[in-house]
Amino acid sequence: MRPSPISQLRLLVPIKRCIDYAVKIRVNGSQTGVDTNVKHSMNPFDEIAVEEAIRLRERLKDQVKSIKVVTIGPAKAVETLRTALAMGADSAIHVEVPETLVPEPIGVAKTLRAIIEQEGGVDMVIMGKQAIDDDAGQTGQMLAGLLSWPQATFASKIDVQADLKSIEVTREIDGGLENMKCRLPAIITTDLRLNEPRYASLPNIMKAKKKPIQKLTPADLKIDLAPRLETLKVTEPPKRQGGGRVDNVVELIEKLRVAGIVAS
Amino acid sequence: MLTILRQNIWRVAKRDFSRAWAHTSSVHSVNEQDVEHFTKILSSPSSVISTLSPSFSSSSDLENFNADWMGKYKGHATTVLKPRTTEEVSKILKYCWERQIHVVPQGGNTGLVGGSVPIQDELVISLSNLSKVRSFDPVSGILVADAGCVLESLSEHIAPHGFIMPLDLGAKGSCQIGGNVATNAGGLRLLRYGSLHGTVLGLEVVLPDGTVLDQLSTMRKDNTGYDLKQLFIGSEGTIGIITGVSILTPPAPKSTNNVVLALPSFSNVIPVFKATRQHLSEVLSAFEYFDRTAYDLALKHGHAAPFPAEEVEGAECYVLLETSGGKKEHDDEKINTLLETILSDEDSLILTGTLSQSPSQFASLWAIREGLTEAVSKEGKAYKYDISVPVSSFAEVVGTVRARCEEKGLISRGLVKHVIGYGHVGDGNLHLNVIATEYNDEVAQTLEPFVYEVVASHRGSISAEHGIGVMKTHALKYSKDAISRQWMRKIKDLFDSKGIMNPGKVLE
Ligand SMILES: Cc1cc2nc3c(=O)[nH]c(=O)nc-3n(C[C@H](O)[C@H](O)[C@H](O)COP(=O)(O)OP(=O)(O)OC[C@H]3O[C@@H](n4cnc5c(N)ncnc54)[C@H](O)[C@@H]3O)c2cc1C
Ligand SMILES: Cc1cc2nc3c(=O)[nH]c(=O)nc-3n(C[C@H](O)[C@H](O)[C@H](O)COP(=O)(O)OP(=O)(O)OC[C@H]3O[C@@H](n4cnc5c(N)ncnc54)[C@H](O)[C@@H]3O)c2cc1C
Repeated sequence: MRPSPISQLRLLVPIKRCIDYAVKIRVNGSQTGVDTNVKHSMNPFDEIAVEEAIRLRERLKDQVKSIKVVTIGPAKAVETLRTALAMGADSAIHVEVPETLVPEPIGVAKTLRAIIEQEGGVDMVIMGKQAIDDDAGQTGQMLAGLLSWPQATFASKIDVQADLKSIEVTREIDGGLENMKCRLPAIITTDLRLNEPRYASLPNIMKAKKKPIQKLTPADLKIDLAPRLETLKVTEPPKRQGGGRVDNVVELIEKLRVAGIVAS
Repeated sequence: MLTILRQNIWRVAKRDFSRAWAHTSSVHSVNEQDVEHFTKILSSPSSVISTLSPSFSSSSDLENFNADWMGKYKGHATTVLKPRTTEEVSKILKYCWERQIHVVPQGGNTGLVGGSVPIQDELVISLSNLSKVRSFDPVSGILVADAGCVLESLSEHIAPHGFIMPLDLGAKGSCQIGGNVATNAGGLRLLRYGSLHGTVLGLEVVLPDGTVLDQLSTMRKDNTGYDLKQLFIGSEGTIGIITGVSILTPPAPKSTNNVVLALPSFSNVIPVFKATRQHLSEVLSAFEYFDRTAYDLALKHGHAAPFPAEEVEGAECYVLLETSGGKKEHDDEKINTLLETILSDEDSLILTGTLSQSPSQFASLWAIREGLTEAVSKEGKAYKYDISVPVSSFAEVVGTVRARCEEKGLISRGLVKHVIGYGHVGDGNLHLNVIATEYNDEVAQTLEPFVYEVVASHRGSISAEHGIGVMKTHALKYSKDAISRQWMRKIKDLFDSKGIMNPGKVLE
């Protein structure tokens, strides 16, 4: 007889809508930020987090009770949630903020804590190690600190122990891999090599349209997302000076001589 | 032993055939005096690459110019010239005309019918140094560029202004706009933006005797007599060298999307195509097809699978469709209705499918289709038949040719690895590829004229978009009747009475 599972895991996956990584980034005219009137998609590390949650369910079957995705973002971020639902998440929470407000890591971490406390019973938060827009790489760690939960950052492999009470995580560190074990509930942040996210299949894309998305505001969660940092100026890196072409070696040596690189 | 013998016979036969045209006029091979002359008339010494004195380049410097993209055709040119201006092209041709030196114009050398490499030791004139954008008008979208500009670099040039090139093809990183015009390249956007016969507004051409024909109009409308430029579109370097191109570029779509569908049976392609056209109407910008074997080859040669293997078990073929529109919400809604229709169809038109969720997924899905030419070339030596036949016969044509290869034992003896089909459903254009282990006489004779006869029986074209080059000169008769061929010959002779331009190509 198969032992019935003692408990079931509830996974929370925070995701962020970012400028797609294939888009060429341009600084806006007033140098206050970048031009955001371009194509957006899910932060790639978050895509990996969603994929990992789905793979955990594929491995652990009904031992994974729920996969919930959450985003804090403008109205359009709902598309990002739909993508995650199409990949296989069950339900979503959208904490809607105005387009002009870009929440900082601490604000996001506090919002996530409020959601976790409100929801209750979250066993694992799987999230990207950083978002490719501001590259802060702080939210997971801050959330672990706020909740006093263990954290396993930069995961390249996740194994859930049979008793569903702890996990073993392989992390990529300088010069090698580190294996660690930690108790649940825990925060895991994903690294690039954890998995390769799937394409959402058409039937799942259609089904995702009917999956529930709960709408919240920061006020509902009693969170103040007003920025604490002030951006002074955003500029592009200095333009690379284009090289010239020479027709032959003699010309090249002459140029090098003029530049004082070779002795005459 | 026997195959070596056969190959030799084939080689001799080919040589004799190429001699046929060589002997009709008194041709001159490039000699040292010629090279010296070229060195004088060209502004930069690096514009002359030759194994002859006074240049003395090594023959390896010439290899890339003598071999075609597939490694199927090899020329023996001793000399390559890379002029930097139209005037230099004119000087070269004037001289060659007088000396009766045969020339081959060469663009990015990505042509797939052997048109861009010499048959013997013709002089290669490479346009790659003629690579400046002359002007771009961000209001009308009219771009004027040197013929040697690489297609992708032109796309990059106009992208910041919100425009795209009206054509796109897998070879975009190497092929040149002049080569595109010379081959009347079709590609992936033809369904939406039409052929180069419509988008090219003007050309600057150096005629075989060195005269510059300036038709570099930037007007959309110009009904003043014969439209000479049309003759050069698709002329494959046989009546002049294109040095400048004026082309109308469309505004970049604000919203693009793509979908790949796995179909259980080939017979579903047409119902899906019909539904697609009906629901997507004006936003449909591409409808591409690839069969199962082609898909498997793409994955084998490095593309990430968009579907788990078990979901596409039993899929006979795939289609990729693209939308380009002005407003995302509008396009999304149309795609939605289409997908709902297809998914709810009781005949289960599709096994599964995917809709790209990000620009990166959009690019990866396209990469499967665009990468097929390259995947095929990694798999083996391809006999490529770029044909127009009714869409309903795509699978039948591939099947007939595969059966022929089986019947002749080419597959059981390992001479032929795969027979695959992919192409542009929207344009009725099928790329039939027979992938052999090596180029071999027996394979060639099994396929030709067989394939051309099959095409003719469907009243199709033996070359939908790749041209005739040297590969199909003998097969031109399957698509052009005697009177048409006669008038093509008259036009060739009118421009090039001495026959110096790309001899042995297009017309026998
Ligand atoms: C991966 C791949 C994908 C491809 N996909 C497509 C496709 O989708 N659709 C399609 O139509 N083709 C396709 N092709 C074929 C080929 O790339 C195109 O025909 C292309 O337009 C050729 O351009 P090129 O500059 O490389 O010309 P080349 O190969 O250098 O020359 C082709 C012919 O044009 C002549 N020519 C070149 N430049 C000039 C000039 N300036 N003046 C006069 N004559 C000239 C040459 O003499 C030769 O006869 C593909 C090829 C590859 C390798
Ligand atoms: C009210 C009006 C509005 C017009 N609006 C436009 C417009 O918006 N845009 C525009 O471009 N033109 C316009 N036109 C001009 C004219 O109508 C078009 O040029 C039309 O295409 C001519 O067709 P047709 O059959 O009347 O030819 P015709 O006037 O009979 O002949 C025109 C020329 O074509 C030749 N020709 C005719 N038939 C053949 C044939 N079968 N084979 C070979 N040669 C042939 C004739 O010899 C003659 O040289 C307009 C004319 C009118 C009266």
